[in-house]
Amino acid sequence: MTGYLLRRLGLALLTLVLLSLIIFLAGQVLPGNPGRAILGPFASQHAVTALDNTLGVNRSLPDQYWTWITGIVHGNLGTSYQFRAPVSSFLFPALGRSLKLAAVAFVIVVPLSIVGGVVAALNRGRATDRIISVAGLSLSTVPEFVSGVVLIVVFAIGLKVLPVTASAPAGSPVPTQIKYLILPAIPLVLILFGYIARMARAGTIEALDSDYVRTATLKGLPRWVVIRRHVLRNSLLPTITVIATQTGYLIGGLVVVETLFNYPGIGRLIFTAATDKDFPMLEAGVLAIGIVYLLATLVADVLYTLLNPRIRLVRAE
Amino acid sequence: MADDQHRESVAAPPATGTPDGLGPAPHDPLAVGLPPATAGAATGAVDVSARRIRQEHLRQLTRSKPFLIGAVLLLWWIVCAVFGKSFSPYNPVNGSLLQFNLAPSGSHWFGTDSLGRDVLSRVIVGSRDILIIAPLATLLGTAVGTAVGLVQGYFGGVVDNVVGRIVDAVLALPVVIVAFLFVVAVGPSTLTLILVIGFVFALLIARTVRTAVLQERELDYIAAARLRNESGAHIMFVEILPNVSGPILVEFTVRLGYAIFAIATLSFLGFGIQPPTPDWGADIASSYQYLAAGYWWETLFPALAIASLVVAVNLIADSIESVLIQ
Repeated sequence: MTGYLLRRLGLALLTLVLLSLIIFLAGQVLPGNPGRAILGPFASQHAVTALDNTLGVNRSLPDQYWTWITGIVHGNLGTSYQFRAPVSSFLFPALGRSLKLAAVAFVIVVPLSIVGGVVAALNRGRATDRIISVAGLSLSTVPEFVSGVVLIVVFAIGLKVLPVTASAPAGSPVPTQIKYLILPAIPLVLILFGYIARMARAGTIEALDSDYVRTATLKGLPRWVVIRRHVLRNSLLPTITVIATQTGYLIGGLVVVETLFNYPGIGRLIFTAATDKDFPMLEAGVLAIGIVYLLATLVADVLYTLLNPRIRLVRAE
Repeated sequence: MADDQHRESVAAPPATGTPDGLGPAPHDPLAVGLPPATAGAATGAVDVSARRIRQEHLRQLTRSKPFLIGAVLLLWWIVCAVFGKSFSPYNPVNGSLLQFNLAPSGSHWFGTDSLGRDVLSRVIVGSRDILIIAPLATLLGTAVGTAVGLVQGYFGGVVDNVVGRIVDAVLALPVVIVAFLFVVAVGPSTLTLILVIGFVFALLIARTVRTAVLQERELDYIAAARLRNESGAHIMFVEILPNVSGPILVEFTVRLGYAIFAIATLSFLGFGIQPPTPDWGADIASSYQYLAAGYWWETLFPALAIASLVVAVNLIADSIESVLIQ
């Protein structure tokens, strides 16, 4: 068990190092000349060289990578080109606000999609199943900004029941804040619903077809007891893994949703950093998303192992 | 999009072998269920039943309602992409500046936008670029991904490990974010979009193909080919490739949907197809700020167009998957 955890952790660290290399390459090598990119085509060469020197971008690549990555390990995420202030002072508050939005989305989607998937499985092949499956699949493929725009038209402009922006006025109580976050959370919910429901349905069907459920039914247990005690306990395990891997996606989907709803989270931070060519901010933001994803999958794997006695025993050997 | 790539964990496992245990999946992606032509002599009887099974699969597809709905919608958008310029009611790029923000009416069914351009014409012609870029990017990703997956799965060892780790690292980020990062660094252009999305998809597809190849590698026809002293390249591309074509076809159709998702999203963020070229994502980006003013038609119709296209492609992908991989 400990050996497995250590191996899993080592793999995650290795992936993280590779990820940081890729982000570094995309953020510092591909743009060519950051000084020119920031100052624009009309700045004098003298000014560009001076800025390049200040930013340290004319040193060797391994040297630059080393400075960048050791800085990050020590909690120094670099200095924003745009604001001339530490990246961390923008990144962490933005990440916190995004997590708030993600939490609202999760609280809505997890129970909804599990119930949807289980109901579809219990009605396998019937109209209910087909409607849930096809609708879930279709909705999960529609880009967030598309469903977001439709939702704004209907609920914010047509019915006027929810606000157009995501940020509640400063100092609002928590319920008001949540009310502002509902509309932005729905596009994320729509995307996630299909995947989680599909997984819950597949898991439930597998359990329903198993020998132990047949035995439980044949020995005369009422159907709902069979479902609660034998089906759900087995079918929801794989769903946990899916939910955790979707966290990574969720943080990515925030770029679009936060831009659309004008919400100052990590997604919009990355978006504005990209349009302003603020590479340190962009790199730190993207790295943060990668770390959140790796953490989520790590937690999912560990949780899955802990909750599933079959794996726990095999791996302990 | 999004991402999408964290979603392959829920994709169906690739089909290898046949349900009835006749041997590996065969040459024709639409004829799963036959012994491979390479394993036995390609007799007339095999040819006949290959055609029969292919017909059976086509029949199953044409009977499935989701597939038909998807096919009709996709066909409509392809017609718009190819001939749209000749039948769109107005010029999609040059509007009449005096007739801006007009609500839908008899002369402008979908209204006009803030520059006086006919929204219906822009929606029709807007299918063009996305329907060129998305298939090309997916094709590139499928070709490269298949080659990488074959090499990874067939040779295994160090190559497999190194590629596997790089794939893991890139996939720790949603497709849209990876594409976004690279497009920002190099600057948006049609070629950049195709290359970036093709590259990310290649990694994803390589993963699927690798899994399929791993299962094929152990089968007898590969051992037979080795005994015949065939080269590695011959075994990979002539013996294995035809037998993993089913999962590759499924992967291609599923990825095509994600490519449309990713390109539309990038265009919306301003890093995809650039104005004034009519494009649904870019049009939404330039018009959604007027939503609060009540000009909903400028945003809603391109949004519905994107939704119908991605849903169509995914209905097709899902139907093919359920027919080929049972």
